Amino acid sequence: MSNWVEACAADEVEEEDVIRFDHEGRTFAIFRSPEDEYFATDGLCTHERVHLADGLVMDDVIECPKHNGRFNYKTGRGKGAPICVDLKTYPVRVEGGRVLIDLG
Amino acid sequence: MTNLSIDVPSTRTKRDYGLRGANAARAVESGLAAAEWYHTDLPRKQMKELMKRSDGPAIRDTAIWLGAMLVFGTAGGLLWGTWWCVPFFLAYGVLYGSASDSRWHECGHGTAFKTPWMNAVVYQIASFMMMRNPVTWRWSHTRHHTDTVIVGRDPEINVMRPPDFLRLVLNLFGILDVWHATLDMVRNAAGNVSADEKTFVPESEQPKMILVARIWLAIYFAVIALAIALGSWLPLMLVGLPRLYGAWHQLLTGLMQHGGLADNVVDHRLNSRSVMMNPVSRFIYWNMNYHVEHHMFPMVPYHALPKLHEAIRHDLPAANPSMLSAFREMIPAFVRQMRNEDYFLKRELPATAKPYREEFHNDPRAVPAE
Repeated sequence: MSNWVEACAADEVEEEDVIRFDHEGRTFAIFRSPEDEYFATDGLCTHERVHLADGLVMDDVIECPKHNGRFNYKTGRGKGAPICVDLKTYPVRVEGGRVLIDLG
Repeated sequence: MTNLSIDVPSTRTKRDYGLRGANAARAVESGLAAAEWYHTDLPRKQMKELMKRSDGPAIRDTAIWLGAMLVFGTAGGLLWGTWWCVPFFLAYGVLYGSASDSRWHECGHGTAFKTPWMNAVVYQIASFMMMRNPVTWRWSHTRHHTDTVIVGRDPEINVMRPPDFLRLVLNLFGILDVWHATLDMVRNAAGNVSADEKTFVPESEQPKMILVARIWLAIYFAVIALAIALGSWLPLMLVGLPRLYGAWHQLLTGLMQHGGLADNVVDHRLNSRSVMMNPVSRFIYWNMNYHVEHHMFPMVPYHALPKLHEAIRHDLPAANPSMLSAFREMIPAFVRQMRNEDYFLKRELPATAKPYREEFHNDPRAVPAE
């Protein structure tokens, strides 16, 4: 079942960057790729509870600011130590300049 | 120096540094483990600029590092048997036994190079030179960043209280480090993962530890066999022994990182030390003299740390002006800690700094250190 939620304005996220989105006690990360596409994942690193929105986006990779763990934010796949668990991703669409994510 | 110190003999506390000991459990119960640490506020745009990766500086520095090792090692080898080889081996040893410490560190963080495989290759080379299993030590360093100088949680506290001066002197020549590294390598090669290692290395990573230990053991056997076959110490002077005779610089810089400062606080400004250094030591140490800055923002590459220092210095204790100044405050603090484990140097924040967790900053027991 879909549960589309408005996360932010599309232009709030710079290209090749990420912002944090909190909703009903949960936290998410909203990404904008260098190709101007939008993606969403859980907001906390799976290694330790650190907000990925403070990290560095490089192409399709987000690097956690605390231990430099890396994920492909498009697929959620962890890219080696210290990441042992992949990141949950969420469907995203952009409508009327707003970014929506499907929390299911 | 504007440090303050705390010296309260009536509250002396015996510390248990074991990763499965009483302090480990206490750190978890009290919320000191995996806590939220203080960070200086910086605009996102500026932070992104500081975090930006680049291959150029690390390629240049790695070429200088390995190139200099090649030159000094070759010259030392050609002059082997004469006293003229000594200065060349002294230089080679520092590049092998000390500069590889910072390369291990930076490439372990994955920040030195932009290209991941370059970080991985230099990380493996530097880990071998430092005799640090690249798997074990990646995870121990991860814990060091989560729980910096939290007693019972941080596996990389190099000066425990009370300080063990004999250990420090022996490690000026890498003696204890190499002894323990050799035991660990043999143990891991035999397929044995210790109970302590299991506290911070995930089970899925443990087979890799064992594989690396076996490969390294084979390399050391081959070097020793070559030395025996040639009837010469020269192969060991180039591989293995420099970890002993070249370790002194990494010990000195390593001590300054946290030595004599607070433990069990969640503010790197209080438990870490930044020190201004000469350019040669900064090259060997790859700018880790900006240690408060590194701990606060570990994703900033070494080459951007001077800029980070300028951006946040208003919020940090003043950096020590030299290595000598760091040792002049540290050694007396170590001596005091022999009598009183609770003694430490309390860093004073500038008026422009933002306080965090007042209980760590405004301890009413603080008195001037000097």
